This record gives sequence, structure tokens and C-alpha cells, in this order.
Amino acid sequence: MSETSPTRRDVLASSAAAGAVSLLSGNSAAAADDNTLRPFRINVPEEALVDLRRRIAATRWPEKETVADESQGVRLATVQQLAQYWQTSHDWRKVEARLNALPQFITEIDGLDIHFIHVRSKHENALPMIVTHGWPGSVIEQLKIIDPLTNPTAHGGSAADAFHLVIPSLPGYGFSGKPTAPGWNPVSIARAWATLMQRLGYTQYVAQGGDWGNAVSEVMALQQPPGLLGIHTNMAATVPPNVSKALAFHEAPPADLSAEERNAWNQLDFFYKKGLGYAIEMNNRPQTLYGLVDSPVGLAAWMIDHDARSQEMIARVFDGKTEGLSRDDVLDNVTLYWLTNTAISSARLYWDTATNTPGGFFDARGVKIPVAVSVFPNEIYAAPRSWAEQAYPKLIHYNKLDKGTHFAAWEQPELFVAEMGAAFRSLRKPG
Amino acid sequence: MTIDSPFPTRRALLATSTAAIAAGLLPSAHAAAEDNAIRPFRVNVPEEALVDLRRRIQATRWPDKETVADGSQGAQLGQFQELVRYWGKDYDWRKLEAKLNALPQFVTTIDGVDIHFIHVRSRHKDPLPVIVTHGWPGSVVEQLKIIGPLTDPTAHGGSAEDAFDVVIPSVPGYGFSGRPTGTGWDVEHIARAWAELMKRLGYTRYVAQGGDWGTPISSAMARQSAAGLLGIHINLPATVPPEVVPSLGGAPLPPGISDKEREVIEALRKYNMAGSSAYFTMMTARPQTVGYGATDSPAGLAAWVLVHPGFAQWNYGADPGKSPTKDDVLDNITLYWLTNTATSAARLYWESGGRGSVIVAAAQKTSEISLPVAITVFPDDVYRAPETWARRAYRNLIYFNEVDKGGHFAAWEQPELFSTELRAAFRPLRKSI
Repeated sequence: MSETSPTRRDVLASSAAAGAVSLLSGNSAAAADDNTLRPFRINVPEEALVDLRRRIAATRWPEKETVADESQGVRLATVQQLAQYWQTSHDWRKVEARLNALPQFITEIDGLDIHFIHVRSKHENALPMIVTHGWPGSVIEQLKIIDPLTNPTAHGGSAADAFHLVIPSLPGYGFSGKPTAPGWNPVSIARAWATLMQRLGYTQYVAQGGDWGNAVSEVMALQQPPGLLGIHTNMAATVPPNVSKALAFHEAPPADLSAEERNAWNQLDFFYKKGLGYAIEMNNRPQTLYGLVDSPVGLAAWMIDHDARSQEMIARVFDGKTEGLSRDDVLDNVTLYWLTNTAISSARLYWDTATNTPGGFFDARGVKIPVAVSVFPNEIYAAPRSWAEQAYPKLIHYNKLDKGTHFAAWEQPELFVAEMGAAFRSLRKPG
Repeated sequence: MTIDSPFPTRRALLATSTAAIAAGLLPSAHAAAEDNAIRPFRVNVPEEALVDLRRRIQATRWPDKETVADGSQGAQLGQFQELVRYWGKDYDWRKLEAKLNALPQFVTTIDGVDIHFIHVRSRHKDPLPVIVTHGWPGSVVEQLKIIGPLTDPTAHGGSAEDAFDVVIPSVPGYGFSGRPTGTGWDVEHIARAWAELMKRLGYTRYVAQGGDWGTPISSAMARQSAAGLLGIHINLPATVPPEVVPSLGGAPLPPGISDKEREVIEALRKYNMAGSSAYFTMMTARPQTVGYGATDSPAGLAAWVLVHPGFAQWNYGADPGKSPTKDDVLDNITLYWLTNTATSAARLYWESGGRGSVIVAAAQKTSEISLPVAITVFPDDVYRAPETWARRAYRNLIYFNEVDKGGHFAAWEQPELFSTELRAAFRPLRKSI
């Protein structure tokens, strides 16, 4: 047990006391005792950063992989390059300052503290949108899209496309509380998000997400809370039942797939056969991952090994190439997981979901309200338009982009912002 | 940034050891040939490595407690912390080191990889040589308690006619064996290496035994009809017949299933539903990714070892009379730590895990085995293979017995019973010696 490392409670305590109430969108809900929205600032004790660097320096390494590619996991050279940069060049205080420059709040929902960023547009008719990250992500994934979406005229956009943004941290993630009992899965999170939007006084809004953010947004769409007009997803769950079954049982693909569907099949087949290990582990034994909480490089490697395409992209970044994510981007996010000690609490979302909800992650869920889809080519799979049309009877937008991986908002913020404008235009009130 | 660790590398550790004693105890002329040399081996871990381990254990950063009241999310924080604290304060590696060094240990290079093995000859006449193979997350530590009963049966309630010479190798990438730097060390390759090892030891007629990965390795030796191999004994047999496989995933039961078979299928369904093989999937897919945390964090390594369903019923050594004890389990984990083999051991799954379930007959190609096969079913293992399935899977089944106690780590948990089983199982094959 490290006595020198501040606990997460210390981190939060120093933070919650930091700012006075302000910036709240006028609403009466905030007055009620339980529904209080408390301003939040981050102030990680220097000690925690020193401890982190000390641990990185003391890393005990495994030997090199026995292959010349990523097929055994993140390559030793990549993790060593990452560790070198993390220890000597990465500056957590920069992202801390970026976060603290934004209005952040905590409110308790169903007994759990929910942290969120809330940025209102100066434009009157801005459309409120709740954007949900996934694993291994956080609100850090969304930082680049905040200004373009809330202040479009400063970024070559039109005032008519402005958004008010609500960007929460999932339960067990980042600065949200860590559940101490089972039950926080996309169903309860979707309900909590509707409560959050209600507390913020939003009566008409949209929801957006990829990864777990897609699951949460789609479940919100199924629950149809008052005021939810539609959703946008960058990881659409469109797989038809017969395809899902064939994939699950490693059967041959249905004979009638189009070329585009066949491409999606190939991507999913690869993922189910080679790429799903981390998710199966977290679905079943999240608490076993003690190594991720005790070892910075253990955590970083586990997080980077999310899907083959993004892992290759991140490996290129640490090899000095320029990509949509920078080394600092990647390490800001890993460091957030480290400092909040949320590797296991975040993994538990898999367990809670696998334990309590049926159906595959990419299976069409039967969403009836308007859905907009953006397909980034290097996502785990590129949802074909034909499947999207079947999955979402009210498909209001479908577009294939020419670049981007799993972390669309983070990696391709400009494309992502343009997609948001186009996706939701039809749901805005005229004028 | 320190890429090289501050304490002695594994290579240094081996070097210290191999230089320690002079050649001796070698059984055959094979040792004379340069490449086939059999070098005596002793373990001598530098104190520095033990100090570093304890320092890391003291500095463990812990997660929050699991959100359930059982082990369904993995090692429970409370009892796990107690074990790790004991490891950092009271556990004594030197005791195991002395136990190992009291045994004749050797290293020989096969296909470029150093193979470490314990080799104990019986003093009795015409002992049957047996090569016993551990699995993951095991090591030769699992087999220490059977050495006496097998090599010296008269001291353990057996008769001299049941004596064995035992050869207990460390699988490549495990313990004091070398870590392969290239691909291809799958169970087939290991099986060929074991045959070469037995040949170098001068054994022309012998048997093989294994549970966990030791079963596929011993079975591969049988499929290959290794020269001199008379038969095998396995305790994790691959018996699930083709028509039953879909029902393990939830499909309806095939017709004609007996009550006993139905019970086994239901237990396996429950096992699957409980996510008991998640570790298997992850190591098959991404051994290197698993390795970073398990290499850098003692607690991370220990939790990953304990996730194996073979430890599901283990009570953290609460009953000191029950094997494996707390010290036994920590001996094994510490061996993984000191040899830095968390990643290399996991790679065996990457090499061999993709061929399918280790308990499914077709996936393990049991129909290609014509040599005699003996099976002991230990009731608390991953599944209780029914004799009906075993007879279909192994056409030359010479022995089948379901015993009344013991689990996945049979030799470790029930060494006397395990040894009795081996005596009974192989008795028919001795006549041919």
C-alpha cells in the first residue's frame, strides 16, 4: 500500500471545494437538495504525479514479443516509447488547465456522483446535446469538439448549427463516482442521463455517442425520455440477427451479403475471433486486473490494445508519426485513468452489462426514434447503409467518412463537428 | 528512464546457477555430445531480487473493493490483500529454493531453447520412466509432492514394482526453461522436444503424464507416437463429443444423453456462463498486453494467476493442512515473478489456444491417438469427463477412474491419491517392459 499516493478521495476533496456555484443554466431543479449541481475543479496533488513518474521509471519489463507485428498485443517498443515520453515529457497540468477552463459540475444521481462538463452556446437556438464517451475513453476524448460545436461561427460554421454541450463521465470513470454495488449498466446510465438533462432544464435535446456512448445513447432512444429528439452514433449497432448468430457461432456468412456487408462481416469476424479478448476478460473478471491499478505501463498497454486499427495508429504516434491523436492526447487520457484509479471501476461496466443485459454489443436494438449515423472507416466495423436502414427505421442521416478510427471526436474533430451539424439539422426547430 | 531493471536479469540469475556445481549425475553418454549436453542446474536467486519484490509489494496501489460479495468479479480485495501482505512480509522463497536444490535439476538445450527439468531416478529395479508436464498457471512446483511417492513407493504405502523414474520439465517460457524468442513453440513442438529429452536421458520405454497444458502436450506425444512412448495418463481429457458441443453454448441437448452426461453438460454451461475461461480468451488473443501489468506488479501477477478456475475453491490457505497451502501457491507465483515469465508463459495460449477448446475431442484430435491412454477424473476439475465420452474419444483407453476428491491441480492437491492413480494406470504397461 503506498502511503505517499493520494487517494482519489483527496483528489476530489481538494477539487470540490475550489469554485463557487455559477454558470448553471437557469433551472429550478438545482434548488432541490438532492439535485444540487456542484461546481467542480481538478487539482491533482503534485505528490500523485511524482509517484506516477517514479513508478514509470521503476517499470519491470517483459521480454519482446515473438512476432514482428501487433498480433500478440502492444509491442514492447511501443510501450517503452510511451513510457519514456510519459515520464519525461508529458505534462498532466496542461490537460488539467484545459479541463478547469471549462465549466465542470458534479451532481448526485441515484446515489452516485456524476461529473460532467457543461458548456452553453451563446447562440439562442442552440440544440442541447449530451455526448457520452466509452472505454478506454473519457471526457478528454471530447475536448476538441467543444468550441466548434458551441461556438460554430468562430470555426467557419453557422450559428444555426450551434449546440449546448453536456459531456458526462460514465459511472466508475474519470471524476464520476465509483459504484459500490452492481446495477450501473447502459439501462440505468441512460435513465441517469435523462435525469441529468432534466436537472439542467433541457426539454428538447439530442444524444450522441460511440463505444459505450453508443450503447447508452441507443438505450436512451429505446427509453424515449421526454425531450429526447434523436441520437447520433459513430459506432452504430446495426448487425442483423442472422448475421449476429452466424458470427457468434463462427459459421459461414449468409450467402446474400452485398460487398459492403461482406466487408462489415470480415471486420466483425476478425474482431470476434482475435480482438475481443479484453472485453471478455472485463465482462467476466474485472477485479482480476490488479496489475492495471498498480502498474502505469500495465494500464497504458491494456488501454491502447482496444482495437487493431486504433492500436496501430497509436503505435505510429509514439513512433514519431503525426496522426489525429498526439502522444499527449493518449497520455492525458491514460493519466486520467491512473490518477482517478478507475481501471477496475471502469472495467466493471463490462461486467455489469454482461451480467444484466442480453444481446451483442453490435446487435440492432430496435430504436424507433430518429437516428443519425456517421461511419468512420477504421472503426471496429463500418456499418453498411443497408443494415443501418434496417436497424433504424427513422434514419435521418447516414454518411461514410474517408478517415478516422474508433475515437472519432478525438481523432477527427473537424469531420466529427461537420457531421453533427449535418446530422441534426432536420431535428432543429426552424428559425 | 530505466529500461533495464535495476536488479539482476534472468540471464544473470541462470548464469549464477549453472556455474554452481560441476557435472555429475548424468545418466547417459548423450551428455557427451556438445549440443545435447545435460548441464546440472541449481537455483540461486540474488537477495536483491527478493528485496525488490518485497519493496514492490509494499508499494502496491490497490483498487476499490469488488461490488459483489463473492469471487464472480475476480480475486476479492479483502482476502487478496491479506495474501499479498503475507507475501511481502512473512513468505520465504529460500525454503522452496532449498527444496528444489535438494533435487537433481538439469538444463539441456533443445531446438535452441534451454529446457529445465527435475530428474529423479528410483533406487528400485526396473522403474518405469514418466515425464510429467505442468500447465498454466503451474510449474514444476505443482509436482514436488509426487516425487517421493512415485520414485520411492515403498516409503509411501506402495510396492517396489510400482516405482517410477520421474522427469519433470519446465515448459518453454515457464520457470527456469528458456523463453522462446520466435514463434512455433506450440504443444506439438513441445511434445517433440519432450521425446528428444527422454531420448537424451537414455530412456527407450517410458510413459507421459499431464493435466492442464500437460494434457495436450502428452496427447501430442501420443499422436506423434514418440519413439519409446508406451502410453499416457491425463487428468484433463478432451472427451466432449461433436454432437454435444453446441449444447455447451446453449443449444438444446442432443438426444440419447444419459443422466450423468446431462449433469456434466449442465455444469459446463454454468462454468461457461460464469466466464471461467475469460483469461484463456485474453491470453490466446493478447499475451503481450496481459504481460505488462503482470510483469511490473506482483499483485497484478498474483491476481492473474488466481483467476484460473482451478483456484475457484481455494480458500487462501485458511486450512494449513490442505494442499496447496498459502506458501505452496506463493512459491509458484514467486517462481513466475523471479523468472519474469508472466508474458512468455501466456504466449503458450497464443501458440496453441486457437485450435479450440482443450476439452473437446475433435479440437484436440483425440481420434489420432492409437497408443494406450489412461484417465483419472478428479471431481473438482473443470469438468467431470464421463466414461462414455472418454471411451469414444480415446479408442485405446486402458484405464478410467473417477476418484472422490481433488481438482484441477491434482498432483498438488492430492499427491498420494494422484500417485496411487499413476501406479494403477500404468501397471498394465509395465508388463511389456
